Amino acid sequence: MSESLHIQGGRVIDPVNGIDEIRDLFVQDGRLVEKKSPGATLIDASGKVVTPGLIDIHVHFREPGQSHKETIETGSRAAAMGGFTTVVCMPNTNPVADSPATIAWIQEKAEKTACVNVFCTGAITRGIAGEEMAPIGALAAAGVVALTDDGHCVQNHGVMRRAVEYAKQFGLPIMDHCQEATLSADGVMNEGEWSTRLGLPGWPSLAEDLIVARNILLAEETGHPIHCQHISSARSVRLLREARRRGVPITAEACPHHISLTDEGLKNFDTNFKVNPPLRTQADIDEIIKGIADGTITILASDHAPHAPYEKEVELDKAPFGMLGLETEIAVFLEILLHQRKACTLPQIIAMLTVNPARLLGLDCGTLSLGAIADITILDPDLAWKYDKNDSPSLSRNTPFHGFSLRGRAVQTIVDGKTVWNLENGFSEQG
Amino acid sequence: MKKIWNSKDLCALADHSEEELRVILDTATAFKGVGERNLKKVPALRGKTMVNLFVEPSTRTRISFELAAMRLSADVVNINASASSLEKGETLLDTARNLEALRVDLIVIRHKSAGSARFLADRLKASVINAGDGAHEHPTQGLLDAFTIREKLGTLEGVRVSIVGDILFSRVARSNIEILTKLGAKVTLVGPPTLVPKTFESLGVRVAHNIDEVIGESDVINLLRIQHERQKTEYFPGLGEYTARFGLTRKRAERLKPECLIMHPGPMNRGVEIDSQVADGRRSVILDQVTNGLAVRMAVLYLCSGGAPFATITAS
Repeated sequence: MSESLHIQGGRVIDPVNGIDEIRDLFVQDGRLVEKKSPGATLIDASGKVVTPGLIDIHVHFREPGQSHKETIETGSRAAAMGGFTTVVCMPNTNPVADSPATIAWIQEKAEKTACVNVFCTGAITRGIAGEEMAPIGALAAAGVVALTDDGHCVQNHGVMRRAVEYAKQFGLPIMDHCQEATLSADGVMNEGEWSTRLGLPGWPSLAEDLIVARNILLAEETGHPIHCQHISSARSVRLLREARRRGVPITAEACPHHISLTDEGLKNFDTNFKVNPPLRTQADIDEIIKGIADGTITILASDHAPHAPYEKEVELDKAPFGMLGLETEIAVFLEILLHQRKACTLPQIIAMLTVNPARLLGLDCGTLSLGAIADITILDPDLAWKYDKNDSPSLSRNTPFHGFSLRGRAVQTIVDGKTVWNLENGFSEQG
Repeated sequence: MKKIWNSKDLCALADHSEEELRVILDTATAFKGVGERNLKKVPALRGKTMVNLFVEPSTRTRISFELAAMRLSADVVNINASASSLEKGETLLDTARNLEALRVDLIVIRHKSAGSARFLADRLKASVINAGDGAHEHPTQGLLDAFTIREKLGTLEGVRVSIVGDILFSRVARSNIEILTKLGAKVTLVGPPTLVPKTFESLGVRVAHNIDEVIGESDVINLLRIQHERQKTEYFPGLGEYTARFGLTRKRAERLKPECLIMHPGPMNRGVEIDSQVADGRRSVILDQVTNGLAVRMAVLYLCSGGAPFATITAS
C-alpha cells in the first residue's frame, strides 16, 4: 500500500530539530525512518529544499453550505499544489461550525475527499454572532484545534473574556480576526490616500489596532494564548512586539497579500484586491516585514478565501471580501521575504510555516523527526514562474496575483508518505 | 492632426490629462452657442441612442443630460431604479448588458457605488458616462465648475478656489479637485475635520478648518450641499452649528473679494450652507453653472461618441 521513499540529495530544513543540511530522507509506511527500505522509490531532490509538510492555519474551504465557491476537495488540491500538507479551516461555513455535528460532517468529508490533512476550528460564539458562547467543551471533544469567530470578531469584550477563560480549561487557543466594527463600519478598503481618492468608505488601521490591544490585555489577564490573525497594520505590529517582549501569550500571523500589495491596487476598482483586513500602505508592509524578521509575527498563513466569479464581478462595495491564496502563498513569501527584502533566512520562513503553527495549535506535524508522519514538501526556492489562475484546481478565480512573476514554489507535496502532487505530473490519481 | 480625445467613456476626471480636459472645455465653449440659438439643435448624434440609467435619484443632472442629448439629436430613454429590474435583484452588469443588447450607444449612469461607471465601461462596448458614482466622482460637474470659472475669470491658473462643506462624501469635491489642480488652480478644502480629513492633502490641496481664515483670499467659493439624507450626527452636531462655523452668511459674504465667484452645485439648502440673499446676489454664478452644465454634457456626449474635438477643428 504505502510506498517507501528515498528522497535523495536535497537540502533538508527541519527547524524544530535545527537541521539545515544536504541529506537523504527515508520513508516507510507513512513514517520517516532511519534507513532506506528495499525497493524504495527514488526522488531526486538535488538542488531542491526538503521541508516538513507546510501548514496553513487560515483557509476557507466553504463546506458545508457554499460549495459553489470551493469544496474541501478542491481547496485541498489547491493546498497540495501550493506545497501545503496541512490546513486549518475557518468556521464561517453554512451552517457555522459551532456544533460537534458540523465538525463531524467536515471531518468526514475531509476524510473522504481531501488530499491533505484538514483540521477544523470551532466558533467562539453560536452562529459567530458574538453573543452566546458556543458549546466549547463539545467542540474540543469533537477535535477542533482552535476557536475563532473569524471574520466576525467578537465585539463584546465581556463575551470575549469569558470565552477565553472558558477555553483555557480545554487548552484551546483563540484565534481572532481583529476588527472593531464601529470603526471599520461600512469600510471596504484601507482608510487613507486611496480611499480618499476613490471615494470608497475607509476601514482604518485603528479598528485593527484597538482589538489587537484588547487581545493583548485579555491574553495577559487570562494567561491563555490568543492568536491575532492576518495582521495588516504597522501599529498592530508595534503593539504585539511590545507585548511579546513582556511575555504575554500573544501570537500573530501575516498573509502574502499584506506584505506584497498596497491599497493602490484598488485604484481601478478591481474586486480581486478587496480583502479583509484590507491592503494598506507601504509603511504597513515594511513594519509587518520587520515584525516577521524580528519574531513579533511568528506564523505565515494565506487566508485563502474563494468567491465565485459572479459574486466578485459586481460593484466594489457590493463584492465579498477575500482572495485565493494557497497556490501563490509560498512563492509570494519567498519572493518578498527571501529574494527581495532578504528579511529572513529560508529556515526562518519554513519555521513560520511548519513548527510554529504546529506548536500553536498542538498539531502532530511540522517536523521531519524520525518516526514522524511523513508529510513532506519539496521546494525549489529559486524557480522563476508565472502564476496563471486558470491552472488553479480551486473552484474560484479571485486572485490579484494572476500573471505575477514569482520566484520559488513547491515542486512536490507528500502527505502521509504518498506523493499527492508534483510539478511535473500534477496530481496523483489516488490523491 | 492628432486626435486628443480617444476615450469612449468618461468615468473619472482622474483618468484624463490636462490636455484632454481642456479639449472638453473648448468643445463645450463651441456647444454653448447652440443653446443660445433660436433653433437649439445640431445633428451631431442623429441616430444614436442614449440611456439615462439613474440608479440613484437626481433631477437636475438627469434633465441636463437628457437635454444635452436632445440638442445633439440623439434619442433618449430614461430609466430610474425604482422602476427597473435592479429592484428585482438583477445585477448592474446584467441590466447594462441588456441595454447593450438593445444596441444603446451611450449609457449615462448615476449609482451609489463608487467605481460603478468604470465597472460598466470596462465591460461594455457602449460609451459610459459617469453622472455620479457614490462619493467618487461627478466628472461633468467638475467640468462645468471649471468651465464656469474659466468663463468668468478667463483662466484657472493661480485662481484660489475654496470648496466648503461635506468633502468626505462628495463626488463633486473630488472631481473639482482633479480638474482644478490639473488646470493650475489653488484649491483649499474647508470644513470640520470629520468631513475634511487631512488625508485630502495627499491630493495636492490645502485643508482648512476655519472658513474665516480663507474667506478673504478666495477668488471662488464653492459651497457644497450638506446632505440631509446621509447626514450622520456623528460627523457634526447639527445644522445650526454647521451654519455658524461654515455657512456663507451675509456677514461672511461681506468679507469676500468684490469679484469673488459664489458657486453651488445644487440643490441648495438656503440658510444652511449659504444665505438665501447671498445665493441670489450679484456675485452668484449658480445658475450660470446650470447653463454651462448643458454645454459641457453636450461636449462629453459628442466626444465620447467619437466626434472630432472642436479645438482641433479650429486649430487646423
